[in-house]
Amino acid sequence: MKTPLSWIKDFVPGLDCTAQEFMDAMTMSGTKCEGYEQLDKNLEKIVVGKIEKIEKHPDADKLIVCQVNVGSESIQIVTGAPNVNEGDLVPVVLDGGKVAGGHDGGPLPEEGIRIKAGKLRGIESKGMMCSIEELGSSREVYPDAPEDGIYIFSGASGVKPGDDAVAALGLDDTVFDYEITSNRVDCYAIMGVAREAAATFDLPFKYPEVRETGNSENAADIVSVEIKDTDLCSRYVARVVKNIKIGESPDWMKKRLRACGIRPISNIVDITNFVMLEYGQPMHAFDLSTIAGNKIIVKRAGEGDVFTTLDGEERKLDSEVLTICDGEKAIGLAGIMGGENSMITDSVKDVLFEAATFNGPNIRKASRRIGLRTDASGIFEKGLDPQNAYDAMERACSLIEELGCGEVVGGRVDVHGALPEKKRISFEPDRINSYLGTDISKETMLSYFKRLEVEYDAGSEELIVPTFRQDLLGFADSSEEVARLYGYDRIPTTLPKDSGQIGGLPFKLKVEKLARDTACAFGFSQSYCYSFESPDVFDKLRLAEDAPERAAIQISNPLGVDFSIMRTLPLNGILGSLSSNYNHRNENVRLFELANIYIPKTELPITDYPDERMQFTLGAYGDIDFYDLKGVVEEFIFKAGMKDRIKYEVSKRPYLHPGRQADIIYNGTVIGYIGQIHPLTAKAYDMAKAEVYIAVLDMPEITARASFEPRYSGIARFPSVTRDLSMVVPKKISAQDIDDILVQRGGKLLESYSLFDIYEGAQIVEGFKSMAYTLVFRADDRTLSDNDINNVMKKILNGLDGLGIVLRS
Amino acid sequence: MPMNVDKLEEIKTRALASIKDAKALEALNDVRVAFTGKKGELTEVLKSMKDVSKEDRPKVGALVNETRDIIEDAINKARANLEASALEARLEKEKIDVTLPGKKRKLGHVHPNSIALDELENIFIGMGYEVVEGPEVEKDYYNFEALNIPADHPAKDEQDTFYINGEMLLRTQTSGTQIHEMEKGRLPIKMISPGRVFRSDEVDATHSPSFHQVEGLLIDKEVTLADLKGTLETFAKKLFGEETKVKFRPHHFPFTEPSAEMDVSCFKCGGKGCRFCKGEGWIEILGCGMVHPHVLEMCHIDPLKYKGFAFGIGLERIALLKYEIDDMRLLYENDQRFLDQF
Repeated sequence: MKTPLSWIKDFVPGLDCTAQEFMDAMTMSGTKCEGYEQLDKNLEKIVVGKIEKIEKHPDADKLIVCQVNVGSESIQIVTGAPNVNEGDLVPVVLDGGKVAGGHDGGPLPEEGIRIKAGKLRGIESKGMMCSIEELGSSREVYPDAPEDGIYIFSGASGVKPGDDAVAALGLDDTVFDYEITSNRVDCYAIMGVAREAAATFDLPFKYPEVRETGNSENAADIVSVEIKDTDLCSRYVARVVKNIKIGESPDWMKKRLRACGIRPISNIVDITNFVMLEYGQPMHAFDLSTIAGNKIIVKRAGEGDVFTTLDGEERKLDSEVLTICDGEKAIGLAGIMGGENSMITDSVKDVLFEAATFNGPNIRKASRRIGLRTDASGIFEKGLDPQNAYDAMERACSLIEELGCGEVVGGRVDVHGALPEKKRISFEPDRINSYLGTDISKETMLSYFKRLEVEYDAGSEELIVPTFRQDLLGFADSSEEVARLYGYDRIPTTLPKDSGQIGGLPFKLKVEKLARDTACAFGFSQSYCYSFESPDVFDKLRLAEDAPERAAIQISNPLGVDFSIMRTLPLNGILGSLSSNYNHRNENVRLFELANIYIPKTELPITDYPDERMQFTLGAYGDIDFYDLKGVVEEFIFKAGMKDRIKYEVSKRPYLHPGRQADIIYNGTVIGYIGQIHPLTAKAYDMAKAEVYIAVLDMPEITARASFEPRYSGIARFPSVTRDLSMVVPKKISAQDIDDILVQRGGKLLESYSLFDIYEGAQIVEGFKSMAYTLVFRADDRTLSDNDINNVMKKILNGLDGLGIVLRS
Repeated sequence: MPMNVDKLEEIKTRALASIKDAKALEALNDVRVAFTGKKGELTEVLKSMKDVSKEDRPKVGALVNETRDIIEDAINKARANLEASALEARLEKEKIDVTLPGKKRKLGHVHPNSIALDELENIFIGMGYEVVEGPEVEKDYYNFEALNIPADHPAKDEQDTFYINGEMLLRTQTSGTQIHEMEKGRLPIKMISPGRVFRSDEVDATHSPSFHQVEGLLIDKEVTLADLKGTLETFAKKLFGEETKVKFRPHHFPFTEPSAEMDVSCFKCGGKGCRFCKGEGWIEILGCGMVHPHVLEMCHIDPLKYKGFAFGIGLERIALLKYEIDDMRLLYENDQRFLDQF
């Protein structure tokens, strides 16, 4: 939303402050001003000049020498401009003055361009005649400016030599830009912002002068209006203007439009644009001669109807699109765009003006479905005050008479249901103070409401809200009005009277922090990946067509197929990140992620919450192997207080190397998996040559078993006894098989064991491997005797023998 | 007697000379053995005491002891010297180039989002806030309706929601957690809720379809807008430094009333204006407000008995600002060269 300061001042004549002060005060009272543009930035010493004489330059074919009357004197200016004639009135920058830009209309230099007297091809030139681009504007809003050449004032402008040319062009203005919040529909209008300015600066607000208009005829005798779908149109005001005289608008109106970035076109169009800016009420003008039966019917379109809008495009409609029809056909899309069949042309004689109130959400949906968003639909969709339609129509007709562009017919056709009444809110000053933490007097509060045109009924102690403030509904709203006019910066700064809560992290997040700390300690860096991905991921991961992981939640309106499903596996994110690192030639990359996967609990499509499962995913390539990663996983599980034995079972996940993968099992439950990425999956991620390892821990399973309550169990007092065991082991026997024997048979006396050597190859018979363990025995109540050890060792050796293991001689 | 005296003198002279000549600890030890050892010359002299007259024995004995003391003293001194120079030689030999590179065992790096979140959490935990979580795949009711954003509300459009279907969606804000907490019916409430949110914004330097917010909610009997200001000012000073100034501007959120946005004085330039604050001296960091009474009512909390405030902070915004990251995409690319800097 943009407003020129000059227009605001029409409504708030007493306003007197700098642009910065205005911006700051408006922002602090709730109309967030995002910036302003001074239209006369870098325009200095620019006056109206009259070209009195033009002579050829003696030494340059393309230059002319002009004598220009600039009011107090006549100066000589040399120019190359092709479009000037003797008698023309033009903007002239005098010696030492400044213009905003070059004549090419390129980006404006920050400091502008200083103009100094000098010689052009030996002939003295004491200033410069300006194009509209040099004045920092464009032909977009000054369509009367020539495409290439000096701006020439029209005879109607009434300027004379020596006048301030910047003011004459309406460039002596500042345009503010606001972010209007969705609750303040009334502020999508200059008048609404001006009302806020009046309240902010505590100045009187002056309504525009709207005169009673119309001849002795009655519009109701000429046209009729019927609203068939009253749910979508709450008010329709129609007036008729006869004998239209299409022409130019006066300069004052053009200046206003230009300052808002709107190109003046013709009086009738300009008036509708002007009223739209001023009142925030879009209007439409129909050529009355095209309206069959002089009848307006507001109704839903038929399913599949086709309609050509005034931009010449064919639009396909459905039954939720509201149309404006005449006795026979649709002539406009309500609140969006008029029809080609009823549009105003230069030969128009009589016009039917429409100002209506349409259902905001419906306009929004309809304009989306048709794929046509216009300035009008953008405003209508916010939901307008029906009173505004009436007021705007009166203002428009008043301007038509004032500008003499037609004969307004008396009376109006105003069709509506029950109009909204002014809302009443009980005024609770004490409650407001206890809500804000302030001590503002009742009288002060009432003065704020008065500024906002909110009346007070002392008898019922109620605030009476004007209809244009649709956002003021109850106590909280009334307290906000007080707070913002009192000033948020003046509200005290205190801390809550505490109820004595103790803050902290829930257990789940503590376990996640441990996962993070552990990963970091092992050199893994934290990554953040997207929760949604492409269904192609399942193919890259080589999942079977009927794999349950493929049952993913789909986003109905994704940004693209790459972001269309909620991940059911955590691998794609980390593999994608590893791949990007790999292809940037980053060596030895270790990443982890802690984030959710989304598992539907029921058949798709879901109607209830899915299971959001936190996954701890580690992925790495480079200086790492399976056992390095396994060590990280085991350290984390141990630190999480899960001290029972972790078991591994060879798994069959299609995205992992068939010979290098395992489920991680804790007390019989699979809590995760670990392995090398299958070469084909690695290839799918552009890492064909990398050995990529991943481990995934299903955090809900960890959290359910974790504990952060360590118990001291003493430090051993009796000496330990160590025995080494060097064995020849059939290849098919896993380390875990040996572990099982050691743990079962070693009993309480076996304190610990560790594998210190494993070897396959020469010296070892084919089909066998050599493994060597160190076993540590200890009792907590005595020093172990040889006999003790021999008994245990015997049991262990018997067990190993059962697996076909023999001791190395 | 003279014989013994002369002999002792001669032994002493020879011993001292040998000590002086000994250039290594082994040689010195040989000297000790040769003179004062069990079979050393001095010991031999003592053994020959039986040939000395009874009256001379004490004198000779004293003389022998004196000679022994002198020799042993000399040996000890020589040993200390030799040991010192041996140590010196060893230390010299063990000299290393201290400028050779250290052996690193690289720690991993916590993501800047998490670093920022830790800071935020610690501040609010210190003020007594509990951390809670809410669902990322959310029901329309919790994301919109219960937050005073009914079906036709324009704010619903502004948020560019990803829908699963008519009922389920990806939450566009963490504010739904407020409703979940209030529905539990345990009052008072003092919580923050960090989490992932989603909006259909195309990826660019300042947008991501997935980002994080930290929601805050306090519901109690005596809570005021002034308390909200105080709480968030305290937070801003802890996060950005004690000299930080804050500015509350009126704003609109459907689920809070009055609502505000909070700016902090630019922590790079202190408010003078620089490229970080786009010359404004202020940086917007969060939205907040008093919980709308209608929202309380929908959660079966009596707005005449309880009041509350809520706030929402964009986590990435904090991380980008604090760590001077100029492109949001970096946060989701997970490039090791980027992560290594945190």
